[in-house]
Amino acid sequence: MSTPNTFAQSSHGTGEKPNSEQTVRLNVEQASYAYSASAQSVPTFTLGMTSFQTREREIVAILGPNASGKSTLLRLIAGTIAPLSGRVELDGEETSRLDVRTRAQRIAMVHQESPAVYPALAGDFVLQGRYPYGRALRFANREDIEIARNALAQVGGEHLAKRTIGELSGGEKQRVILARALAQQPRLILLDEPTLHLDIGAQVELLERLRQLAQENRYTVVVVTHELGLAAEFADQVVLLQHGRCLRVGSPAAVYQKELLEQVFDAPLDVELGPAGRPRVNLRARRGEDIS
Amino acid sequence: MRPLTLRRLLWTCGGLSALLLASVVLALKLGAVPISVTDLVLDLGRIALGRANELPSEYRMIVFDLRLPRILLGILVGAALSVAGASFQALLRNPLADPYVLGVSSGAALGSILALIVAPGLALMTPIGAFIGAMATIAGVYFLGRREGQLDSTTLLLGGIICASFFSAIIMFLMTTLAGRDLRGMVFWLMGDLSTPISAGMQWVFTVGLIAATGAIYSTSADLNLLLTGEREATHLGVDVTRVKLVVYVSASLLTALAVSASGAIGYVGLLIPHAVRLIFGSDYRLLIPASALCGAIAIVLADTLARTIVPPTELPVGAMTAMAGAPVFIYLLRRGLR
Repeated sequence: MSTPNTFAQSSHGTGEKPNSEQTVRLNVEQASYAYSASAQSVPTFTLGMTSFQTREREIVAILGPNASGKSTLLRLIAGTIAPLSGRVELDGEETSRLDVRTRAQRIAMVHQESPAVYPALAGDFVLQGRYPYGRALRFANREDIEIARNALAQVGGEHLAKRTIGELSGGEKQRVILARALAQQPRLILLDEPTLHLDIGAQVELLERLRQLAQENRYTVVVVTHELGLAAEFADQVVLLQHGRCLRVGSPAAVYQKELLEQVFDAPLDVELGPAGRPRVNLRARRGEDIS
Repeated sequence: MRPLTLRRLLWTCGGLSALLLASVVLALKLGAVPISVTDLVLDLGRIALGRANELPSEYRMIVFDLRLPRILLGILVGAALSVAGASFQALLRNPLADPYVLGVSSGAALGSILALIVAPGLALMTPIGAFIGAMATIAGVYFLGRREGQLDSTTLLLGGIICASFFSAIIMFLMTTLAGRDLRGMVFWLMGDLSTPISAGMQWVFTVGLIAATGAIYSTSADLNLLLTGEREATHLGVDVTRVKLVVYVSASLLTALAVSASGAIGYVGLLIPHAVRLIFGSDYRLLIPASALCGAIAIVLADTLARTIVPPTELPVGAMTAMAGAPVFIYLLRRGLR
């Protein structure tokens, strides 16, 4: 896909910081969190100290089996919950301290598809991404419409604008949700299991698109996933979680070790190094072994 | 892309206002004593010119002392209930929410009656009691409708219907024991009726309350559009969810309380009108709120005119008319939702 980058990044151009390639965009520093039913009771789930740093144009994959703390870490990054200790900073500002409006101008979240109560046109849905920039009743101005249209074009969905969300396929819906995130003109895009309801072709397409968008629009992208193969192929950095503990942070090649992954995901697998220095993961059936 | 513009909003509201005016003229004309439209228009002109005393007196009494106040009350009640219904639908993310179906109207009616018993002399106590009753009921229904932290649509409606029938039973008990089998009062509180005029002072309270509460809800209408896609998503798009929910919760309860303390528990208006408006004009709350207010006013004025004239000389309570139209629509929406 070769859409020209007409997508203006108004708030942070290249001129401000000449060496912005080197500066840290997202800084997660010894952040931890604990869920508990009440203030006095023992926490039911804790996320231990987690640290990593990432720059613009980078894709970070938060990887781990179910109940490993992936979504909690994502919410800490999104700033909807404040860390118990440590800090989560976006360009030097703590994300949980930003007011909701400013936060929405800087951080976009792509959830798994959410059921709509009333049918909306895909175009209007994308336009919702302009909400944090509007005032009062937020009638869309020409600029908003232009930005929303470009956002749809960037995900290859111009033709979807006039269709209702309900009649789109899983892949098309995911593209429209991504377009709404782009219309927010964020610095940081967070995705929560974005490939969950997609077939394999659409999964690869989505991640290719994310990599391209991160390059063109200088986003930082954080993806929560348990797809080992996709993370290895597309992530610049992997954060590996298990039972609320951060086990490893690093490049896929550094994190993907056979014994470690077998233990974390509780499945026999092989890891080999692919041509571009990226690891490949192959699942093995437990033939003849004990299933204990 | 064809997003809502201010222009389309104003044109739609202008058109609906004209329709409302037409229904008011029709409602003034129809009744036990028929009056020609020409006379009406001429008389309205005379009143506008400040020459009201030139009108024949018994005629003036019928039209302007009997029919007009009732029509104005109908406008206030219809607008209040429709806006309250549309608001509850967004607040609870449930297209079937309505002050009557959720039991909020019955809670407000019970609140009014208790206020009348506790302090019979104070006129303002009725709407205040209704307000407290409405707030308590919606809070109760909200917690009844939660299952494992999630708002469950069916449980919520069931909770509302149970609350409504429980409160109705208490209302019947109170009306029978304390008011000495006041059947007319019972019909008023349980079915809704516009035949009891309210005092001029209360009319002001209602008008100001209606405008303030509708204005407060309208100021959050862009947020409500996003709230309907889910609270978490709305937060990520920059909506202050807690503030919006609080504003809408208090204002919608106030609207229900005002309507109920003036006219009893008229049902299904808050369900029927926003649904029809959505079908015609789309589900954008920036248009839905004012269009629902105007259409609700039109609907109640016409329904009450029908209730007054369908079996002369007897009058039906207007709530019977709205329930006859509303219950089938409710069932249709419920069936469609289940599929």
